[in-house]
Amino acid sequence: MSNLPDVLAMGGHGVYVWSAYGITATVLILLFLPPILGKRRLVQAEARRRRREGM
Amino acid sequence: MSWTFFHKLGSPKWFYEISGKLLPWLALASVLLLAIGVVWGLFYAPEDYQQGNSFRIIYIHVPAAILAQSCYMMLAVAGIVGLVWRMKLADVALQCAAPIGAWMTFVALITGSIWGKPTWGTYWEWDARLTSMLILLFLYFGIIALRMAISNRDTAAKATAVMAIVGVVNIPIIKYSVDWWNTLHQPATFTMTEKPAMPPEMWLPLLVMVIAFYGLFALNLLLRMRLEVLRREYKARWVREILEKSS
Repeated sequence: MSNLPDVLAMGGHGVYVWSAYGITATVLILLFLPPILGKRRLVQAEARRRRREGM
Repeated sequence: MSWTFFHKLGSPKWFYEISGKLLPWLALASVLLLAIGVVWGLFYAPEDYQQGNSFRIIYIHVPAAILAQSCYMMLAVAGIVGLVWRMKLADVALQCAAPIGAWMTFVALITGSIWGKPTWGTYWEWDARLTSMLILLFLYFGIIALRMAISNRDTAAKATAVMAIVGVVNIPIIKYSVDWWNTLHQPATFTMTEKPAMPPEMWLPLLVMVIAFYGLFALNLLLRMRLEVLRREYKARWVREILEKSS
């Protein structure tokens, strides 16, 4: 692990390796967005409802 | 045998409390294992003597493919539990796991395709393993679409449960496709009966990645199920209290 560009180039296979890992990382992020954002939206909706009803 | 435990399992409130305690540990362990596995696989595992560095795609391809199939089998089990015992939580699990399984299948297909180019000289081949995995993706799409097409929740639960159970026939076809047909795809890396064909420096990081993917899957599924439980039990007082506390 001495030469960074060489390590990243992966002996000419860099484009395959990094694109595969990049797509996987993107999918993992996409998988976690809906439950996290959905919870936030639900909490906000409930807060609005409470305010509307003056509780 | 006492059945109270089984009934508790079906209680959304109990599920929410227990999963909440489990969540931080599961997140910590999965992220840690993922970080270790990725760095190990990308930079420290030796390169393959035939495939060179493209071989490193195995560290995401195999875990994704294993998860894609495990997830489908889980859907089928959830389907049976939902149909036989009318457990509400089983349907929640079925609904929440389907998109995760679909994405895992997508990752397995796309990383396999990228790996195929330098290794086989082609991105795609209508090969038994590849085709049966594509069918798995369509089965997931079918389950997700069926759920969206039926507005009545009980009917949707039954229909998707039946579809999940029928579709499980594809799982042994995927597994044995590499033995039954002549295929480009290499046979299984891990088997119960034989030692892996690769040295430990290669399969140990793979094992770490498989466990990390299982952890991330469980974490994602729990987060989705917890949200779905809150949505379904929205009128219950305990849900209102949780939402109030979170805001």
